[in-house]
Amino acid sequence: MKTNEIIPRLNEVFRDVFGDSSISVTEKTTADDIEDWDSLAHISLVAAVEAEFGLRFKMREVSAMKNVGDMINLIAERGR
Amino acid sequence: MKELSFPFDSKNIIRRSPALRKQLLSDGSTRIKKKVAVLGGSTTDHIIASLELFLLNFGIEPEFYQSGYNKFYEDAVFGDPKLDSFAPDIIYIHTTLRNITKLPSVPSVKAEQVTNDLNEQFELFRQVWESLMKRFDCPIIQNNFELPLFRHTGSYDCWSTTGHAAFIERLNVMFSDYARSVSGLYIHDINYLSAVCGLTNWHDSEAWYMYKYAMSTSVIPDLAYSLACMIKSIYGKNRKVIDLDLDNTLWGGVIGDDGQDGIEIGPETAVGQSFTEFQSFIRGYRDYGILLAVCSKNDEENALLGLEHPSNVLKKTDFVSIKANWEPKDRNIAESAQELSLGPDSFVFIDDNPAECAIVEGQLPMVQTVSFSSVHEAMYKLTRSGYFEVTAISDDDLHRSEMYAANALRAAQQKSFGSYEDYLVSLEMQAVICDFKPVYIQRITQLTNKSNQFNLTTRRYSENEIQAVSQSTDHICLCGRLIDKFGDNGIVSVVIGRIDEDILHIELWLMSCRVLKRDMELAMLDELVRHAKTAGIRIIKGYYYRSPKNSMVSEFYGSLGFVLDEKSENGDSVWHTEIENYKNKNKVIRITEKEHHNENK
Repeated sequence: MKTNEIIPRLNEVFRDVFGDSSISVTEKTTADDIEDWDSLAHISLVAAVEAEFGLRFKMREVSAMKNVGDMINLIAERGR
Repeated sequence: MKELSFPFDSKNIIRRSPALRKQLLSDGSTRIKKKVAVLGGSTTDHIIASLELFLLNFGIEPEFYQSGYNKFYEDAVFGDPKLDSFAPDIIYIHTTLRNITKLPSVPSVKAEQVTNDLNEQFELFRQVWESLMKRFDCPIIQNNFELPLFRHTGSYDCWSTTGHAAFIERLNVMFSDYARSVSGLYIHDINYLSAVCGLTNWHDSEAWYMYKYAMSTSVIPDLAYSLACMIKSIYGKNRKVIDLDLDNTLWGGVIGDDGQDGIEIGPETAVGQSFTEFQSFIRGYRDYGILLAVCSKNDEENALLGLEHPSNVLKKTDFVSIKANWEPKDRNIAESAQELSLGPDSFVFIDDNPAECAIVEGQLPMVQTVSFSSVHEAMYKLTRSGYFEVTAISDDDLHRSEMYAANALRAAQQKSFGSYEDYLVSLEMQAVICDFKPVYIQRITQLTNKSNQFNLTTRRYSENEIQAVSQSTDHICLCGRLIDKFGDNGIVSVVIGRIDEDILHIELWLMSCRVLKRDMELAMLDELVRHAKTAGIRIIKGYYYRSPKNSMVSEFYGSLGFVLDEKSENGDSVWHTEIENYKNKNKVIRITEKEHHNENK
């Protein structure tokens, strides 16, 4: 899957999970950029992204994710 | 809210939880506030987040206390100042398989050792409950245990001496036995829930390693929903009536077209069998005190013909209201509600025609509709939806349908009397008005939580609080049971007054709407005054706190001859009366201190 197909869908997930329709993610977005990105939101985010793109992240992938770009790369590889 | 009604989309709830929360909090509905302490044996963040949504949707606004990760034992047994000052209304102990520490380690362990370990494991939990009960007067909800997904020996695991499933099943039985033996402890059956969700969906080891979640995130809404159903049941927010369509809902076919011989019910055909099973299932709700009603587009004559089919499990007399006509169904439901003195928000409406469900939803959004597509599916929806979740059962629940049937007889007789007083006299009413006897505590608690209309202060009490005021020397507590020639209405009125030197402050006065206009309130006042005089009271003060549902009693104290002291802008008012020269007001109800029948109850 291509990055430009992924970003709009991923952005919707972010907006839903953080309840903020002004969010606009890029590959460089990190947890520091979004105010409510706490552990609860992180778990919701992982679950919602997995559901949206029909994939399952591996534990090592979850812990290694440093920014949205890392997430996009994994989706590009295995997402639907 | 549709998104939070069963069957819900769990993934959607997790993803859109902030938006759902915002929508609920801004919908303008009034909710009771409850403080919920969640003591976890694992991380409980998402449980709390989902639980909040479901509770808000059930009309309860929760505030949460959350124990530290796996600190349920410490918080309960050693106490925690934050938990103390939080003063919970309800405590939920979220423990799971991950908190069982005494599972048999190897197959060589002896049976006696396994039993010792089992007892020790149980003791640990008993300590938790007893410590909490000692410190807090509030209901405690405790998970039982789900079965493990992984096992070494196959089926042998469930019956061998050292099998893990065997150990867990025994522990679950011990939990249930203990819960039955005390009051205020409720078992949340995650053993059932995990089975119904499927153990492969329930367990998620990675969620444990990464987040210390004892189950998959995807089933957390199921867990939270099931829990919310218990909490709303404890606070008297269950539905009360199943209103049923007839054709293709209670039997197969259309009575108006197929005739009595043509409809399918009974053992002859597969379809007939399925409807027999459905009728039995519905009948089971009636046995637990749920009222049944009919709402069918039919000529009444045909509807009754169908109900008289000899193979029916449900008989005409099982229904407290039968509406068979060609009026819109929402209008019929509203009428039934009025006849039964219940709000439409007490109704669950079941119809095989989705269009009828949609019309009812549109006109009466507070009615819960169930679109009936098959017997199997309808039974599943009723099972999982928790509309009628039972957390306690009172004597009244077991006889509710009979009481309503007697009400219908009273109404019929009322028409034939010259004056209303003649009618009241003809009912040959007698009331037992007494303090809170232990057998009544459960029913009294139930009444304080679900009476809305004839309720002066709408103060809600937990079972433990009722227990406490009943033993307090600073309170006068009266409950009234009304019996007439048609039957026993059970406990229908409750008054709690707090003594402050020679003044009695009425903190609670409620009456069940099924005995309105029977002068029971006068009988209660007479008794209250009598008890008050004995306690040296000179003045009784009455309080009316306005709620969205209790406008019926806004002038209640005035009608009893109390003097208005003050009236606030929000509609609340304070009244008083001096009782020295009080004359009894009730003329139609004979008061007895003791019951003449059902003495043993």
